[in-house]
Amino acid sequence: MSALAALARVEAFEAGRAVPLATVRHVHLSARPLVFVPVLMAGEAAAPLAALVGTDRTDPRLLVVDQPRDRDQRFVFLAELARIVLDHVAQCRGETELVEATRNHEQWERHLDAPQLVVPNPGGIEAMRLLGRSARFRSAQGPYPVDPLVPVLGRYLTWFAQDRAPTAGSSVCLALTEVLAAHWATGQSALEDQHLAALLAWIVPDRFGPAGAGLTGPQAAALAEDPDRWPSAGPATDPEFDTGVLSALIAAQQRAEGDADAAHAARRALREALRGRLQPTWDLLWQGLDLLRALPEAGHDEHRWRVDRGRFTDFARAVDEGAPPQPRRESAVAAARRLADLEAAQEAYDKQRALDDPLMLAAYRVTGEAFAGTVVAVDAERRDTSGRTPKPRPRVWLRTADQVVLRQGTKVACPQRPNQRPSIVSVTRQGADCVVELELSNDMGRKAVPDEGSVPEPGESRCYATVLAAEFFPPPPLPDPEQTPWTHGGPPAQYTPAGADHDEDWH
Amino acid sequence: MAAMTTSSVADRLAELRGPVPSRHHDARTLAALTANPGCTRRAVLDAAGVDKRALAERIGFGPRFGQSPFAISRGNAFERLVKSDGGAALLALLRDELGLRPAQDDQGPDQPVDGAGPADPGLIDLSRGDREERYRRTRDLVVAAARDPQAAPLLADHPLLRLEVGGRAAYVEPDLVALRARGRDGSQRWRWYLAEIKSFAVIDGHADPMKVAEAATQAAVYVLAFQRLLAGLGLPDDLVATDVVLICPKDFGNAPCATLIDVRRQLAAVRRQLERLPRIGALLDGLEPDLSFDLSADAAGRPSRSAAQLGEAVAAVRARYAPECISRCDMAFYCRDEARVTGSTDLLGRAVRDALGGLGTMRDVLALSERAACASPGGYDSADSGCDGGDVGDVGDGDLAEAARLLNAARRARREALAQAGVSAAGNGGTGKHGASA
Repeated sequence: MSALAALARVEAFEAGRAVPLATVRHVHLSARPLVFVPVLMAGEAAAPLAALVGTDRTDPRLLVVDQPRDRDQRFVFLAELARIVLDHVAQCRGETELVEATRNHEQWERHLDAPQLVVPNPGGIEAMRLLGRSARFRSAQGPYPVDPLVPVLGRYLTWFAQDRAPTAGSSVCLALTEVLAAHWATGQSALEDQHLAALLAWIVPDRFGPAGAGLTGPQAAALAEDPDRWPSAGPATDPEFDTGVLSALIAAQQRAEGDADAAHAARRALREALRGRLQPTWDLLWQGLDLLRALPEAGHDEHRWRVDRGRFTDFARAVDEGAPPQPRRESAVAAARRLADLEAAQEAYDKQRALDDPLMLAAYRVTGEAFAGTVVAVDAERRDTSGRTPKPRPRVWLRTADQVVLRQGTKVACPQRPNQRPSIVSVTRQGADCVVELELSNDMGRKAVPDEGSVPEPGESRCYATVLAAEFFPPPPLPDPEQTPWTHGGPPAQYTPAGADHDEDWH
Repeated sequence: MAAMTTSSVADRLAELRGPVPSRHHDARTLAALTANPGCTRRAVLDAAGVDKRALAERIGFGPRFGQSPFAISRGNAFERLVKSDGGAALLALLRDELGLRPAQDDQGPDQPVDGAGPADPGLIDLSRGDREERYRRTRDLVVAAARDPQAAPLLADHPLLRLEVGGRAAYVEPDLVALRARGRDGSQRWRWYLAEIKSFAVIDGHADPMKVAEAATQAAVYVLAFQRLLAGLGLPDDLVATDVVLICPKDFGNAPCATLIDVRRQLAAVRRQLERLPRIGALLDGLEPDLSFDLSADAAGRPSRSAAQLGEAVAAVRARYAPECISRCDMAFYCRDEARVTGSTDLLGRAVRDALGGLGTMRDVLALSERAACASPGGYDSADSGCDGGDVGDVGDGDLAEAARLLNAARRARREALAQAGVSAAGNGGTGKHGASA
């Protein structure tokens, strides 16, 4: 928690409504996201109970498992879900673009679109991960055959929830509460922000309560926490609902066995009850997406989505080519590679956000990793004449009210010229302010004098930060999986679909 | 005021509770103490045995958490399954997966090994009878086993243990089983192993870390209670293992799997909290003499104390609220409301409060953040803080200057960035295109 974000929460508390934490939208929003509200049975590992899913906000598809403890019905549910999710995936695979060959990669075709799944909260992503795990090892053959789409769905859900969702900057699988909380600070705690309705109540209090009531954020949040008005956004249902409604409906199903009319009525009652519980969350999700859509797109949005499209292209092709399901546990080499990927993605995302959004950059000023101020003097002619040919090494003096704790020699950069990485020569205190002397050494053209506009002018405002000067380091070299040393468990076993995988014990 | 004697403490607590039966600490509430040990309100209410849930409901802040009947029935079904057949499957599991060997194995290969030694009644049931009786039977079992390890049973279902909490006895029920066995560390001494049966799944070797942590802390309470029992009998307290056995369903099925969890850290935390738990007498000394949380009602159902009176009584005892309380403590909604009314930074969570330099109220945070003078480090005078020289949380003067500097820098950076982006500080996305439409 940065001091800046903490102060924003206090400001939100005082104002009685959420305040912005970002000035642009740092996630990509697809034109047709697939919204998914999953609900699991309490007490079971991954027994789906119901879901609302679809790309049309006015026409969600309701999927219900009448008897959540019945193994066959779970897979009927997963097969239905598979048709919807895989259809969404297929629609993104229409057109492609040609990506020119690079040194490390030959020419390839990249899909012009990628799927996007939006769930209410991180619990929704965990539910996807568990459903994915329960589905990806199944088989259409053997003692417990399932619909052939189920194992494919399992692989995709695993890819969404386990590969892409934790990757910073990826927008293929989003938990709405996390995205909203990254863009607005509320006057409540991060724990309470996980409640989608309460979080939205702070951002748009007018939408809660009767029209024209003019509620404040805390008043609206109090209403939003009432499970009768705004039921749990899942994946668990409210215990009161389980006790008061659901257990009776499930019992009614059991009683109605053999009586077609009663069974039909019982099934309809269950569906209606579940639709009633899920519909409010469905509506909130779309409202949340509207709020995000109203924010201007971040500068790096297109770049990041291109990465997502590329990863999607790779994964979809691997599935087509019959790659085995993702393993239960990653091998040592795959895990190390993945960790390096996640770290690189986080660094890139931090840097991109700081470049795209002054509010993100501001947080670094408070921690002393950045300073902002006015250029007070410039020596644009200065050269380094120690070598054979003199090199331009202009110096810039910037006056700032920020406390500068950076050492001499530290490289920094500013959003106006992100590739130019001056280093700090000295920091002098002048009253309450500091004057920072910087030496420019790159991004000034190839001539003896710096290109026009490449050196800051006196009077200009600049914010220099270390995060913007962060260099990309290639990941450490890792051996091929077959070369995994014995210290890391040796080469992983080849995947062979074992019988135990698809007739894994189910109760 | 002189410290109260034990009997006067008991009398005082009974007065606070009024003429209703006392509620007792259990492993769950004891484990919860390690999460928020500094909360006087909860310490007093728990010590007095007040029904916090009923109290919170009476004063209009009923808790909302509960357990789904599906989760409960799943938990019970799993526990029954694990213990079926006199625990034979359980014993086999413990032997195969954890290398725990019942001491009877030593008697030679010709002895039956699957849980049916000569003197072995399999799973001994300690779950029946009243508390005193169950505790006595548990103790007798431990004494008998110490005297003759070979003759004692292998598994005990729901033994009852006792712990001294704040000067009062609390009973805890190791969820499930106590097993006497040798560990796989190869030591020749046998030990008691406490096992905890939980119905959350272990999928591919991973379980929900929150649930595991919760189970480990609860198990630590049992280990501590067992150590106290051993100490009371003059037996060495390392006769109980500090590794507990967690038994959970494996993957998506019903088959149990067992994992040893080292709970020494949790054990130290529980022990420290119980010792630190200020002698309840000292907490009571600071309270008004006529304070009462009496929830009783007369024959006609008229409560002896009004909701307003109860509310005043609760407010008179200091709380230490954190957002995490909402999932743990019945009083949390009341305390949250109190924090909101007083504008306490506790409302926003510990991480936020720490990032704000530990300041206690939002008013102080804003006042300090707006003092331009605070920007110069060292030149800060706390009398000049604009916060009325009043209570600014638990921070000293030097820390206050640092907090002021930090907050001022944060405020300035935030204002400048918002101005640069053309967004008003109080504005938000909702006031635009979508704001007015309901």
